[in-house]
Amino acid sequence: MAARFIQKILNQLGLTAARDPAAVSASTVFTETTLKAKVNTTPSASRAYSSGSKKVTLIPGDGIGPEISAAVQKIFAAASVPIEWEAVDVTPVRGPDGKFGIPQAAIDSVNTNKIGLKGPLMTPVGKGHRSLNLALRKEFNLYANVRPCRSLEGYKTLYDDVDVVTIRENTEGEYSGIEHEIVDGVVQSIKLITEEASKRVAEYAFQYAKNNNRKKVTVVHKANIMRMSDGLFLRCVRDMAQKFPDIQFEERYLDTVCLNMVQNPGKYDVLVMPNLYGDILSDMCAGLVGGLGLTPSGNMGLNGALFESVHGTAPDIAGKDLANPTALLLSAVMMLRHMELNSYADKIERAAFETIKESKYLTGDLGGRAKCSEFTNEICAKL
Amino acid sequence: MSMLARTLGRTVLQAAAARSVHTSATLEKVRTGHKIQDATYGANRTTCTLIPGDGVGPEIVYALQEVFKAANVPVDFESYFLSEINPVLSAKLEDVVASIQKNKVCIKGILATPDYSNVGDLQTLNMKLRNDLDLYANVVHVRSLPGIKTRHTDIDVVIIREQTEGEYSALEHESVPGIVECLKIITAKKSMRIAKFAFDYATKNQRKKVTAVHKANIMKLGDGLFLRCCEDVAKLYPRIQFEKMIVDNTTMQMVSNPNQFDVMVTPNLYGAIVDNLASGLVGGAGVVAGASYSAETVVFEPGARHTFAGAVGKNVANPTAMMLCGVKLLRHINLPTYSEVIFNAINKVLNDGKVRTKDLGGQSTTMDFTRAVIANLH
Repeated sequence: MAARFIQKILNQLGLTAARDPAAVSASTVFTETTLKAKVNTTPSASRAYSSGSKKVTLIPGDGIGPEISAAVQKIFAAASVPIEWEAVDVTPVRGPDGKFGIPQAAIDSVNTNKIGLKGPLMTPVGKGHRSLNLALRKEFNLYANVRPCRSLEGYKTLYDDVDVVTIRENTEGEYSGIEHEIVDGVVQSIKLITEEASKRVAEYAFQYAKNNNRKKVTVVHKANIMRMSDGLFLRCVRDMAQKFPDIQFEERYLDTVCLNMVQNPGKYDVLVMPNLYGDILSDMCAGLVGGLGLTPSGNMGLNGALFESVHGTAPDIAGKDLANPTALLLSAVMMLRHMELNSYADKIERAAFETIKESKYLTGDLGGRAKCSEFTNEICAKL
Repeated sequence: MSMLARTLGRTVLQAAAARSVHTSATLEKVRTGHKIQDATYGANRTTCTLIPGDGVGPEIVYALQEVFKAANVPVDFESYFLSEINPVLSAKLEDVVASIQKNKVCIKGILATPDYSNVGDLQTLNMKLRNDLDLYANVVHVRSLPGIKTRHTDIDVVIIREQTEGEYSALEHESVPGIVECLKIITAKKSMRIAKFAFDYATKNQRKKVTAVHKANIMKLGDGLFLRCCEDVAKLYPRIQFEKMIVDNTTMQMVSNPNQFDVMVTPNLYGAIVDNLASGLVGGAGVVAGASYSAETVVFEPGARHTFAGAVGKNVANPTAMMLCGVKLLRHINLPTYSEVIFNAINKVLNDGKVRTKDLGGQSTTMDFTRAVIANLH
């Protein structure tokens, strides 16, 4: 815990050092870097600093959720990842205000752990239930949704050169939820764009590109039609681009991106955009590489980060040991990277990719016949 | 400095293009004015408004005119250079609208829409034109073309898009600095109208299925209203299958299994997305034609709206989309023989694959392609 605190301070110092190198003397920079290296690069060191092993909240979810969560837990145990799972139930309970909502225990758990992994959730149909996904997003201020989409070797689709990351503003835009029927038969829905949220997601996008050695950030917008709202978003990203001169920056219309993405996905690298466009493009990119069962997703927030698989609950195959845990596993790998447990992340990712590449143990959705448990065991064996 | 020179150069070029088109139109007028001694001449000819548009618009419109001339098509063009990025040279919107209302048909290139307006308007020129003429239904028929190699084959989708309301309402305001609200308007009247249009289209063209694209799970009132209207109208057409699909799922299905779609009906923005996506699947913006309908008039324009401004004057644009617009125009004004001749010529050239523009992996120029089409007119 203490080591983590020191590291946090060092990180902050490192940040200031990077922004204003003249202010910090060379020697401090030197000690900082060595300290940092000691703290977190080698696996043994990271195991040491988290001797109490880090707690992670696990929301198994509904339908196939519990099975794939168990698969992920099994693989993590096999790789002896220094993580302790804290499984919580988010089945809505009636709160003091009479409305159904997430149980307080779950909220507390994520708030203390700051990190969570979540399986698919089903929003119960009927009145009084807010979408649980939306509630979690609101509760933890998850402002940026990151979805890397990469073509997997071994699972052939029509597109084999996809490697894009979509970063989507997740708190406002078209999903503001402000709508009203002015007169009968005339509805106005309000799309809300604020400078604060736009800047926040723009900064995250560039920082992500920098941390992950990405070359280019593309802002996707429709400012020629929505001149003020998308114009504001565009301006915020444009301003942020100037602070990251090493990263290439381009502006593209939403329709142009749609057109080019299906013709030549190699044209794009990191994409940053408002809510709705992000929703559409991230699903489309997932479609390019083989569907939502293969793409991980992470939500970055002010109060923590939540990693999730974005596919449905697939109630028809729930409990039959047929589900594909890849999306949740890759999300968990993203989570490890976020926790700077990179060596474990690499190890697990390699094993998963190899298993898919060999195509011996593929689940039904990938055209194979293997069961979820067989696929899981194969990955464990490869670790 | 060089930037300025280039902009100036382009302006001059576009002006020249516009003028040349104008002169050809006036020439036609002169000819008719001189009373060519053919009694049927005036009676059997159709006048069509022509808006060359921005970017490569003038070039591909010129290609179409060449083909029409070579095929001896009895259509005269009344040309207006309309442009938002070139307001000085632009014709007046009222004149253009009056012309289209008179002629009932129009061929239009793509108008570029800058991110800001020089008079502070939130409405773009495109929106104004559509609203003035009430061009509510945009129909884009996306079909795999012969001889064009793409990842997917046998695509045959018709995308019908409401284009007078929705996200393109141009109602925006900055309530406090840094917070902008943008209104998306959905009305029952217009939703019913587009739904009816879609089902009528499906009936008339022997289509089996109509898919409504929406995001009613998030925009429960707005898209919910649109969806409800589609459902209501669907009940009146029991022979046509009706299906609804959320927009993000639609795009995912579109790239993995596009053959499942038949006719699609969408609100404004989703239509733009699906149009472009589908166009990308069959070879890009250069090969897909579209048309916008009002109760009275039709404007034929390329289906995926890109000006391709980087290629201006380079003679590399693919005129197929514009020529297909011409084919549609001829079919619409009941000149099916001419329409077929040109359509077959285009198909022949694409199928032979000897003359390909850059976007299709070839090295031929716009004019090469046009000449090849003309050579195959028979």
